[in-house]
Amino acid sequence: MTTNTALTTKDLSVTYVGDREVEALKGVSIDFSANQLSAIIGPSGCGKSTLLKSLNRLHEIQPNVEISGDVHLGDQSVYNTDEPVPKLRKRIGYVPQTPTALPLSIYENVAYGVKLHGEYDSKNELDALVESYLQKVNLWDEVEDRLETPGAELSTGQIQRLCLARSLAVEPDVLLCDEVTSALDPISAESVEETLVDLKEEYTIIMVTHSMEQAQRIADDVVFLYLGEVIEENDVQTFFQNPEKERTKKFIDGDTIVEYDESDDDSPSEAVPAER
Amino acid sequence: MDRYTEQRLFGLLARGAAALVVAVMVLVISVTIYRGGRVFLMDPTIVITPPGSRYMLEGDGGFLHAVLGSIFIVGPATIISAVLAVSTAIYLQSDYSSERFSDTVNMFLNVLWGTPPIVYGVFVLTVIIAIGARTSMFFGIVAIAIFQYPIMTRYTDEALRSAPDSVKEATYGLGATRFETALMTARAALPGVIAGIVMGFARGIGDAATVLFTAGRSTNMPAGPFDGATTLPVLIFDQAMSFNAEVRSHAYAASFILIIAVLGLILVSKLLAGRYARYAPGGRHS
Repeated sequence: MTTNTALTTKDLSVTYVGDREVEALKGVSIDFSANQLSAIIGPSGCGKSTLLKSLNRLHEIQPNVEISGDVHLGDQSVYNTDEPVPKLRKRIGYVPQTPTALPLSIYENVAYGVKLHGEYDSKNELDALVESYLQKVNLWDEVEDRLETPGAELSTGQIQRLCLARSLAVEPDVLLCDEVTSALDPISAESVEETLVDLKEEYTIIMVTHSMEQAQRIADDVVFLYLGEVIEENDVQTFFQNPEKERTKKFIDGDTIVEYDESDDDSPSEAVPAER
Repeated sequence: MDRYTEQRLFGLLARGAAALVVAVMVLVISVTIYRGGRVFLMDPTIVITPPGSRYMLEGDGGFLHAVLGSIFIVGPATIISAVLAVSTAIYLQSDYSSERFSDTVNMFLNVLWGTPPIVYGVFVLTVIIAIGARTSMFFGIVAIAIFQYPIMTRYTDEALRSAPDSVKEATYGLGATRFETALMTARAALPGVIAGIVMGFARGIGDAATVLFTAGRSTNMPAGPFDGATTLPVLIFDQAMSFNAEVRSHAYAASFILIIAVLGLILVSKLLAGRYARYAPGGRHS
């Protein structure tokens, strides 16, 4: 690969220890390239969201999670570090699957993260920041005359772009997007996709998606996760046209039935539609 | 009986039950407003006049002492209890506590909620006797605060739990600390939190048993935090037992003031909650 690596996982394992132990990730090692859009795909329950959340230690907010291995953001270790976790999460932003406006005005939604990290000197500077990030996600024209109204009153598609603007405003190096278009209607989804494509000029974007079509449309690299393991990691053309692994080929052809090992006989097998 | 008759019967039953509840409520409120409002409107100054020296016997003067007693006891108690309740409820969320711990605490809170207030009154009275103190406004505040605490905590806990997880994820994802995230979650759940605090206040201002044992049933103006005091519910009890018809009529006036205060507060909280509900994620779309 010619591009630089922005984020690397090394032998990352995540286990949910609760009533039943579930190994969600089994020693995953991936390089995510800088200024690329990497898509993580795979059947439901195969660790996609877990992988995404473990990249900025967001899964730690859930109880009963054990982790081993490490993630590196450039030279900085994400797990073996004395740096406060909020500082790491500032550099590795996260946009949740459900479009969620914080219970604040549109303006305050974008300004919230900036204020948390105290990264502005004057109200004017903050105003300018809010405007520029709303423009970056193509939302400014739709909301400029009602910045003080509640963010929750926007349409779902607009809220998801507001979420993007809010995450970008803290100036992360990497942006994690968890199925950010799955709750949207096709038109809103398209506009969020366009925004993501624009954004990869400046940011490294890692997105989980259910839709292979979406991955094909906008991703540069694709990571195929299956039962907590990386089956294949490739650029988008090779991945879809000339996959190296047989399992990948089957998945692309629409075989998304998860075949659990016999040892996992209490795991339900599930069939998942390939596309949404 | 066929399915449709069954449905009609159930509909009738439900409507009947609702009508009964509303009728009882309307009756209580209208009798209080009619009898109390009349007395109050005939001489509104009884609310701002201190009691005369023979008030309980002859009804000279007014019952300002109980109005002030209610304000000075339930006001601070509500503030103290609300701060403790919101902090506890935040601590009971998954960011701070294990599920088992919060389940256990919630079970105890439910038991406390169900405990009759008179038990709190006796409990604080025992403490007062043990430390050789006298009944006073201060101990009234303590008793009411203890009484309100489980109610407010359970309400707030439920409100915080019903806030969408994605608010938490989004806030953490921006690099917020645990505390900043807790504040944002509380903000997302604000209508529920306000409702809980108002419920606690309404229960507190209406309770006689706790105050009776801890603040006493003073017939004088409250002089300071360590002096005896009384509140409206205790006063209503004393007035209603009086041989003097005028004093008895004051019981209705005092009830009227109490009901108006609670109704007014519920209205204010509805307005506030409505205002914040517009901000609630996934909430009301106009």
